[in-house]
Amino acid sequence: MKSVVCVKRVPDTEARIRIGDDGRSVDPSGVKFILNPYDEFAVEAALKHKEAGEGEVVVLSVGSAESVDVLRTSLALGADEALLLTTTQSAEGLAVAEAIAAELKERKFDLILFGMKAIDDDLQAVGAMVAELLDLPSATVVTEFSVEDGKVTAHREIEGGTEVVEVPLPCVLTITKGAYEPRYASLKGIMAAKRKPLTEKEAHLGLSHTIESALEYPPERQAGRIVGEGSDAVPELVRLLREEANVI
Amino acid sequence: MATAERARNRVDTRDFLSVDGQLNDEELMIRDNVRTFVSAELLPRVPEWYELGTLDPAVARELGKLGLLGMHLTGYGCAGSSAVAYGVTCLELEAGDSGLRSLVSVQGSLAMFAIWRYGSDEQKNEWLPRMARGEAIGCFGLTESDAGSDPAAMRTVARRDGSDWVLDGTKMWITNGSIAEVAIVWARANEGVHGFVVPTDTPGFSANEVKGKLSLRASVTSELVLDGCRLPADALLPQAQGLGAPLSCLNEARYGIVWGAIGAARSCFESALEYSLGREAFDKPIAAYQLTQAKLAQMVVEVSRGHLLALQLGRLKDAGQIRPEQVSLGKLANVNAALGVAREARTVLGANGITLEYPVMRHANNLESVLTYEGTAEIHKLVVGNAVTGIAAFR
Ligand SMILES: Cc1cc2nc3c(=O)[nH]c(=O)nc-3n(C[C@H](O)[C@H](O)[C@H](O)COP(=O)(O)OP(=O)(O)OC[C@H]3O[C@@H](n4cnc5c(N)ncnc54)[C@H](O)[C@@H]3O)c2cc1C
Repeated sequence: MKSVVCVKRVPDTEARIRIGDDGRSVDPSGVKFILNPYDEFAVEAALKHKEAGEGEVVVLSVGSAESVDVLRTSLALGADEALLLTTTQSAEGLAVAEAIAAELKERKFDLILFGMKAIDDDLQAVGAMVAELLDLPSATVVTEFSVEDGKVTAHREIEGGTEVVEVPLPCVLTITKGAYEPRYASLKGIMAAKRKPLTEKEAHLGLSHTIESALEYPPERQAGRIVGEGSDAVPELVRLLREEANVI
Repeated sequence: MATAERARNRVDTRDFLSVDGQLNDEELMIRDNVRTFVSAELLPRVPEWYELGTLDPAVARELGKLGLLGMHLTGYGCAGSSAVAYGVTCLELEAGDSGLRSLVSVQGSLAMFAIWRYGSDEQKNEWLPRMARGEAIGCFGLTESDAGSDPAAMRTVARRDGSDWVLDGTKMWITNGSIAEVAIVWARANEGVHGFVVPTDTPGFSANEVKGKLSLRASVTSELVLDGCRLPADALLPQAQGLGAPLSCLNEARYGIVWGAIGAARSCFESALEYSLGREAFDKPIAAYQLTQAKLAQMVVEVSRGHLLALQLGRLKDAGQIRPEQVSLGKLANVNAALGVAREARTVLGANGITLEYPVMRHANNLESVLTYEGTAEIHKLVVGNAVTGIAAFR
């Protein structure tokens, strides 16, 4: 079985984000970038399925030259080969999906995996778009899957439960937290990574139809308020939580 | 303070001098991997181990899975990393706790190194792969209760009986002793000091844990008792001749301490920095007072300087040019620096600084052991003094 996992380089979840001088992008200076955590689940899933049988895992990223980092990380974890589709401009989801689809059309894969979403723009769209562009079936928000007789049985996380779906191979899956707890790279894996094939070529980005026009910081946290004391305060507290805070 | 927060973002408080730029991609990846592992998997468990005065021996397998045990050795399941990669690993482990770094130092640089450097092929094949995986923990018994800085005063003896060897004596302060599957024991025979590979289930071998330690509590320290401990001829480390052999092992482990101490210091500094920004006294964060900033600035100086020193030693070691007195200088300088940082950091945390909730006092206490083991600060001063004067002042 041959899998490709599409991965993205994103700011570290712990990074303190600053808005750049243009007012519409993140200032990357001093920010650490990591392999998107949801993509880690997808890489882990591909590796687990490879280890259970025969197969090969290719990792692919669309991004700047720096995205080599996250590809090397994936190779260190155990992927066999990496492909970077380079671009110097930021692009919307559909444009990226078109670049990925154009590349994957040329190569045959049984499984095309994505993280459920990237933690930077939270788009949750590229996986499904690639499926559509390649005319392949897909399942999103998958916590666990098995492959048998040319089809995938996938567990999807839905509100309050699990949905089990069957999809024929080849297909696209987007993976979320579940059965695939990401491993740590081993030292040998890291040292072997630099000898594994990593190809770079220019991305054929589609046209971007949306433009990020502004980024804003979240509002400063407001000071708290004491609504009363003892049990007398409870009804008012409940009312506020329901009507103002909208949390119950 | 939001502006201050954003201005601060431009500075990498973990790497003020941009030392990272001197590391290659592989070294950075190894560093990040260990850093994440320590903070996600080990740090949550360290305070409890420290409080109980132990550590879960299963952690050795976790470290083995990552390939960190004997990582700088080649063959026999070891990864053969650079000295710098080993160094950054020690730094990140000790940013967690000196006990974790001690486990890795003793396993890789003392026990495994002794077998790897001085052992027979059979000994290497039997022990190194299992030790690299963390399935067999090793310890290294040189010190005795009356022979520490002066190991030549050791009383443990090895006597020939037919083709067997029989060991008698007591080793003291031995890290991992009670959790080890194998002990490297140094003993005096007629012709000089020999090293032995002793499976800890050998009759006549026993280990008693040292209790009541106030330092390096997340580490097991033991007394080893050898009471007519009979070993076959092939238990002898064939290539080890005299005290130079165990001393060369110590030099390996010491190199890791040069890096590790900076990890402990960095952790103390980060803790003090964060605390000082959040803690208000007299209506301002204590970080806004000059006296606090003087402390923080000095900590940054010490951590940065020590980091560079460690890197320089690492590059020398990778070039095969490092000399023992240079390692002594590094251990002396960086452990002292780390102790100073830990002590200052503790004052910044006020009363909270004495608790296990923050890492500072734990590091400060640990560093007292680090100051003493692998050659005390005094002994390393004598080594450096000897190197520059040509006059040995040890006795
Ligand atoms: C937590 C811990 C773990 C350890 N793990 C191990 C281990 O795994 N294996 C092992 O073999 N050992 C281990 N040790 C032992 C350690 O290496 C010794 O404690 C160390 O070498 C010092 O020996 P000592 O304690 O006997 O002190 P001593 O040698 O008695 O020294 C006491 C003091 O006298 C000073 N002194 C000694 N000689 C001189 C001199 N010539 N001039 C000036 N000052 C001098 C010393 O610097 C020190 O300040 C460990 C120790 C500790 C605390």
